[in-house]
Amino acid sequence: MMIAIRFSNTQSSANFDPADSDPATMRFEELGFFCSGGHNPMKTLILWAGIAMFAAIPIWAQQAGSRPSQNSVPDVAAMQQQIRDLQDRLIALEGQVRMLKSAQPAPAGSAGAVTTPSPTPAPEVPVAAVTAPAEQTTTFGGAGGSAAKALNPDISVIGDFIGAAGTGTVPPLAQQTPFPSMQMHESEVGLQAIIDPYARGDFFISFGEEGVNLEEGYITFTALPKSLVVKVGKMRSAFGKVNTLHNHVLPWIDRPLATTNLVGGEDGIDDAGFSIQRIIPAPKGIFLEATGQVFRGDSGGGLQSVFKSWQRSDVSTVAHLRSYKDLTESTNVDIGLSYARGYNDFGPNFITNLYGLDATVRWKPLRRSIYHSIVGRGELFWSQRQQLPVEQRTFGLYASVDYQLGRRWFLGGRFDRSGRSQFANLTDQGGSAVLTYWPSEFSQIRGQYRYTNYAEGRSANELLLQLIFSLGAHGAHPF
Amino acid sequence: MKRMQSRRLFLVSFVCVFMSSLPIPVQAKKLNVVTATTDMAALAQEVGGDRISVEAIAKGYQDPHFVEAKPSFLLKLRQADLLIVVGLQLEIGWLPPLVTQSGNGRVQVGANGYLDASQFAEILDIPTGTVTRAMGDVHPLGNPHYWLDPDNGRRIAKGIAGKLGELDPEDARYFEGRYQDFDKRLTAAEQKWDSEMKPFHGRKVVTYHNSFPNFAKHFGLNVIGYVEPRPGIPPTPSHTIELIGLMKRENCKVILVEPYFDLKTPNSIARETGGKLVQYLPSVGGEKDVTDYFKLFDYDIGLLTQAFQATQ
Repeated sequence: MMIAIRFSNTQSSANFDPADSDPATMRFEELGFFCSGGHNPMKTLILWAGIAMFAAIPIWAQQAGSRPSQNSVPDVAAMQQQIRDLQDRLIALEGQVRMLKSAQPAPAGSAGAVTTPSPTPAPEVPVAAVTAPAEQTTTFGGAGGSAAKALNPDISVIGDFIGAAGTGTVPPLAQQTPFPSMQMHESEVGLQAIIDPYARGDFFISFGEEGVNLEEGYITFTALPKSLVVKVGKMRSAFGKVNTLHNHVLPWIDRPLATTNLVGGEDGIDDAGFSIQRIIPAPKGIFLEATGQVFRGDSGGGLQSVFKSWQRSDVSTVAHLRSYKDLTESTNVDIGLSYARGYNDFGPNFITNLYGLDATVRWKPLRRSIYHSIVGRGELFWSQRQQLPVEQRTFGLYASVDYQLGRRWFLGGRFDRSGRSQFANLTDQGGSAVLTYWPSEFSQIRGQYRYTNYAEGRSANELLLQLIFSLGAHGAHPF
Repeated sequence: MKRMQSRRLFLVSFVCVFMSSLPIPVQAKKLNVVTATTDMAALAQEVGGDRISVEAIAKGYQDPHFVEAKPSFLLKLRQADLLIVVGLQLEIGWLPPLVTQSGNGRVQVGANGYLDASQFAEILDIPTGTVTRAMGDVHPLGNPHYWLDPDNGRRIAKGIAGKLGELDPEDARYFEGRYQDFDKRLTAAEQKWDSEMKPFHGRKVVTYHNSFPNFAKHFGLNVIGYVEPRPGIPPTPSHTIELIGLMKRENCKVILVEPYFDLKTPNSIARETGGKLVQYLPSVGGEKDVTDYFKLFDYDIGLLTQAFQATQ
């Protein structure tokens, strides 16, 4: 009980001074029983626990001393056993302290109930203490259970600097946005945390050089019945593959022409609404997942506009079916079908239908997974846009390959071809070669040569250069 | 007219999702345990016996920091009653999205079916002072490669047994009994391992990644350096030269490499120093015949004693 009180003290009093317990702690460390370092008020907890345990030793020693055969073998064995038990208890306590440190304080009132390891000095206690209340292991704060910032979400910033050279004049009716010579393209701030036992929250706010955009901000309900996963907020829709990816996880600097021309460009179909997804039982180890989403109905802007909501009932819908199968432990196939529908910017009664097919093949040998991999990917889009005088029907596609040469080097290529959503008879075509170097997991340098042949007959040869760098704890992205 | 159509499509797009909400077939009473790594699976199997079915996500010969969050793992996770993780941010790069997407409330972080095994074990290398990424991919909560100490294995097994008993109270005695038996067998094996390693107490070794501290501490080995200049940063020429110098000065002849690292640099270090390269296994299942926690130590200690004898 004393332990619990001591702990709540250190938690609540901000001006608690660890120095007043330091001399004792130092001595304790000299004994070699204290292996977690750092001057931390939490030490006090372990210290008190340790003192409580060591108090048992003199008593035991006296008992031993009163026996006639002081140095007999069983006594030494018993002593060793005792020390081992004490070590175990200390380690169990340290573990609990770690768990408590990384846990968000429980709601008011329940804290006392949670932190009550039994003070009984019997050696069997560690079992009880270790397996005691399950609530003790709760790590609500931080998506990955990170320590020392109990209430804060995991915060990350990802910088994306892009430089460009070469001829890059884009014809007036083309949907591509040219890259300036140098640009701090995006600074994406990620705030992620588990909200409560039923949900987690993710925010990705992207700052341009001027202006801010809520790229995504949603709650995910993770503990719903029937294995349903529901998201509510603003999110990148599940239309195809590339549409779901943030800029910094793309294998290229730009986005494919087909995305730019038909699916809303950089932001893509990224809208406020809700999403329901569920894994569907399927035979033969096939993973099948269905997603249905409803959005307000605004995506993209200007020439890149996909959907526009003219009134409240103009919601857009997205449906996605994903199938996945491991062919071997290192090879897998991922195929998806997508459909999206909404009102477009031509007028209040004009609808755009989008169909998508995506396929990905991955190879990554597990024993050398950090050195080699190949990802081949292609997407095909079909766009039907109602407008006057006639409906515009066109398709776009890209196909790409990325090969990991070594731990730090990636080489890739991409082929692009796409009509324009509003001018179906104009088809742009292009290709890219990409080389990426990773100094570490947290930064990458990328060069891309891009050739584009616009429908107007103009062509562009560009060299793009990108630097991506990541600060803080950015949660992992879905596969 | 068009609006009517819109409503209909609205409904159609959801039909597939709701159609799939059929009841999940209830399996026979056997706890479904999924673990992040094979070591946790091996320990869970020891105490769970035939009352549980266990499956690990990562393979034993795979770098546990860089596992791909494949959707096929979701199929395992959505059925799980218990998820056992190594913790200390070892799985931070791949497990969180899997857990979120699984749609399984039982194994969400903080739920009753989520067990962080690191709470039971003795953790080394807990950084003191400020932690920055200038130190490489450092784990701010301590070294997550803690299972390679038989004493930690015992503590984790005990913790798992307790958790299994909590989830399945009817079999709690069974799990406790299995733990007692495991404890006995482990104590006997430990005596054998200790005596095999005793002649090499205090010997110096170099490892590729810092994944060996608990083993080294338990068996009294001295890890003097790493092939990686910083955790997670691939070897650089200057660091390799420094390391070779250090090994020569310290007369260190054994280089330990995890099975998922490239052997080029370790081989050249071995050549330069006249040392011996040992591809040890950090995890159960790293080789086909290393199928349980005991065989893992048998295998590694076999390799080490040979290497130490050869470089006497």
